[in-house]
Amino acid sequence: MYVIVAGGGKVGFGLSQALLANGDEVLCIEKDAHRCAVIAEDLGSASYQGDCCEVSVLEDAGTGRADVFVAVTGDDADNLIACQVAKARFRVPRTVARINDPRNREIFSVLGVDATVNSTDVIMSQIVQEMPSRPLTQVLALRGTGRELCQVEVTADSPLLGEEVSLLRLPGDSKIILIVGPDHTVSMPTNGLQLEAGQVVLAVTQEDQEPALREALTGVASE
Amino acid sequence: MRFLIMGCGRVGSGLARSLTDEGHDVTIMDVRQDAFRRLTARFRGNAIIGDGLDSTALQRAGIENTDVFVSVTQGDNRNLMAAQVAKHIFKVPRVIARVYDDSRADVFRELGLQTLSSPRFVTGLMREMIFDDSDKAPEGE
Repeated sequence: MYVIVAGGGKVGFGLSQALLANGDEVLCIEKDAHRCAVIAEDLGSASYQGDCCEVSVLEDAGTGRADVFVAVTGDDADNLIACQVAKARFRVPRTVARINDPRNREIFSVLGVDATVNSTDVIMSQIVQEMPSRPLTQVLALRGTGRELCQVEVTADSPLLGEEVSLLRLPGDSKIILIVGPDHTVSMPTNGLQLEAGQVVLAVTQEDQEPALREALTGVASE
Repeated sequence: MRFLIMGCGRVGSGLARSLTDEGHDVTIMDVRQDAFRRLTARFRGNAIIGDGLDSTALQRAGIENTDVFVSVTQGDNRNLMAAQVAKHIFKVPRVIARVYDDSRADVFRELGLQTLSSPRFVTGLMREMIFDDSDKAPEGE
């Protein structure tokens, strides 16, 4: 697979290294000549100095035969325009942009970027997961479904304690998909398994059902 | 007509002044307060500090009631992104982006965005001046 990585900062450089290690063909385009010289020590001919939004640069980079174009500079406008040029002029089948301002997700989607990775959200959710005593944390947004995967620790205050997991009536269409016991055994929500304090539950839910699901499993109402 | 101009440089401020002089309702945005020094004391439009890439700031600047949006900051990509947000998210009827890179201007013109590529425009005028003068020169002799 030929992947063009626009932006040779920490993310772009690390991504290029990982893709090369995976056996992919990679070209990492970096505007700044000094930075490009630094990454060229490691990436060699897989690095290229130029402005990733300029048509002539993308032409030289062989964008027309790229399978994926990934824009990961620190500037949302640069990432958007680079992806749009790659898609409109060079017909790259898949464009992926890093967005730094979470509010830009919808804009990128409307303007034709195939996928976005929101670095701020990723970092925030990682930090939140590391916080002690968070009753419910989002693990993953399930793109295009309006649903998310979340993690909840069942407490002794849950009103559903002792009930059979497969028969639980959870808020909305929330569903428990996996249960990790206090002894770290992993179970599917099959017949007979009861809800107990200390279990960690993985559930699929919708964002607006989060507070109700948390209350059902922990007894803790919304803050 | 209501105008929203993003970027208070030489072009943005000049456009804002001439449009207000003609009686139009003009709001001009810039991320830097000191950019507004280019507006004269008798400027009667609104000058708002804000980032034109921030939808909240655009709403505060009244983009939902704007007839014409013009982006003339120093950054091609900022201008192109803001213009597309104005056109596709806020449905502003007329949107124009100034772009320095000719080839990038072409890509977005093909996507239906009105772009003004200033180097090409200046080059064209420059050629007209050069060849007009050379045409006239022999007559004068």
